Amino acid sequence: MAETTLNGFGAKAARESGLRGVAADWASDQRAFKSASWGKAMMWIFLLSDTFIFSCFLLGYMTVRMSTVEPWPNTSEVFALHIGETNFPLLLIAIMTFVLISSSGTMALAVNYAYRRNRAVTIVFLLCTAVLGATFVGMQAFEWTKLITEGVRPWSNPWGAPQFGATFFMITGFHGTHVTFGVIFLLIVAYKVWRGHYDRGERGFFTSRRGDYEHVEIMGLYWHFVDLVWVFIFAFFYLW
Amino acid sequence: MPSHVEESRHGYSQTAIAMHAEGQQHPIRIYLIVWFWLFVLSACSYLVDYFGFVGLLRWTLIVVFMLLKAGLIVAVFMHMVWERLALAYAILLPPIAVLVFVAIMAIESDYTFFTRTVFSGG
Repeated sequence: MAETTLNGFGAKAARESGLRGVAADWASDQRAFKSASWGKAMMWIFLLSDTFIFSCFLLGYMTVRMSTVEPWPNTSEVFALHIGETNFPLLLIAIMTFVLISSSGTMALAVNYAYRRNRAVTIVFLLCTAVLGATFVGMQAFEWTKLITEGVRPWSNPWGAPQFGATFFMITGFHGTHVTFGVIFLLIVAYKVWRGHYDRGERGFFTSRRGDYEHVEIMGLYWHFVDLVWVFIFAFFYLW
Repeated sequence: MPSHVEESRHGYSQTAIAMHAEGQQHPIRIYLIVWFWLFVLSACSYLVDYFGFVGLLRWTLIVVFMLLKAGLIVAVFMHMVWERLALAYAILLPPIAVLVFVAIMAIESDYTFFTRTVFSGG
């Protein structure tokens, strides 16, 4: 019953690659994703739906920015940081970007050590990722506070097109929420690794399926996606 | 990839390791290289703003650095290069529909801008 194993590790028969492989994998009466377990495939499909959500936010932003007759606020100046006498354009956002990329790196290492069954190192890297994620959210809270005290509202701002505030709060707020939930789940996964839930295959509270070190990789997929979304927000909202 | 499977150094049974032969185990070096390039590309993106490039050059550089970063994250960090093509197509092709949506909304917002300028004295 190699076709029906749910974790994907039973299926070992030689498979066709390339386009023939796609056709064979998608043919009827079998599971389509041979290399991905149920959990991983579901995470990918969730991430695809999330891609559409963030795409629609960025599209809405594009639409209002292209159609407004008022000038768009200069993000380079809006998000500048004054340190001493100098004015660094976009510095806060640059630091946030580096923090999030660092967290992606530690997450990738956590996944790697999880598959090596090195629980101590996995926990350290998972906690590093969570701390960096929390730092990111903290900096975002600082950024929001700064802009709100400067008079930015979803319906107006001192520098130009009123749509700026609406798109800013919507896009960064939704992304920050994703990071926050990511941090919570990172802590849960770190706890499960620490308590050895994945060694014993204990059932999770969410799906009641047996735990497995692959859960760390699935958690990683979500976390890298959050970083991925930031890449697009950074490019289109802050730099454009 | 089976060629990347490493020996267990922690005394766990080899069957447990073998079960994960199709799990995603790759040399740490690959992750460190990608991590390094993500830092470099982010720095490049920031420099585009720092040096104040404008117009087509700015947009081209932003999009190129963005796509390179996104590609590295999806391909290596999210292990897409090691997944079967069936999964890669199922996940990576649908977002192309977004590009069609972008084209439609760009035309629409151009028209909105036009009407605002002409009829609302924008």
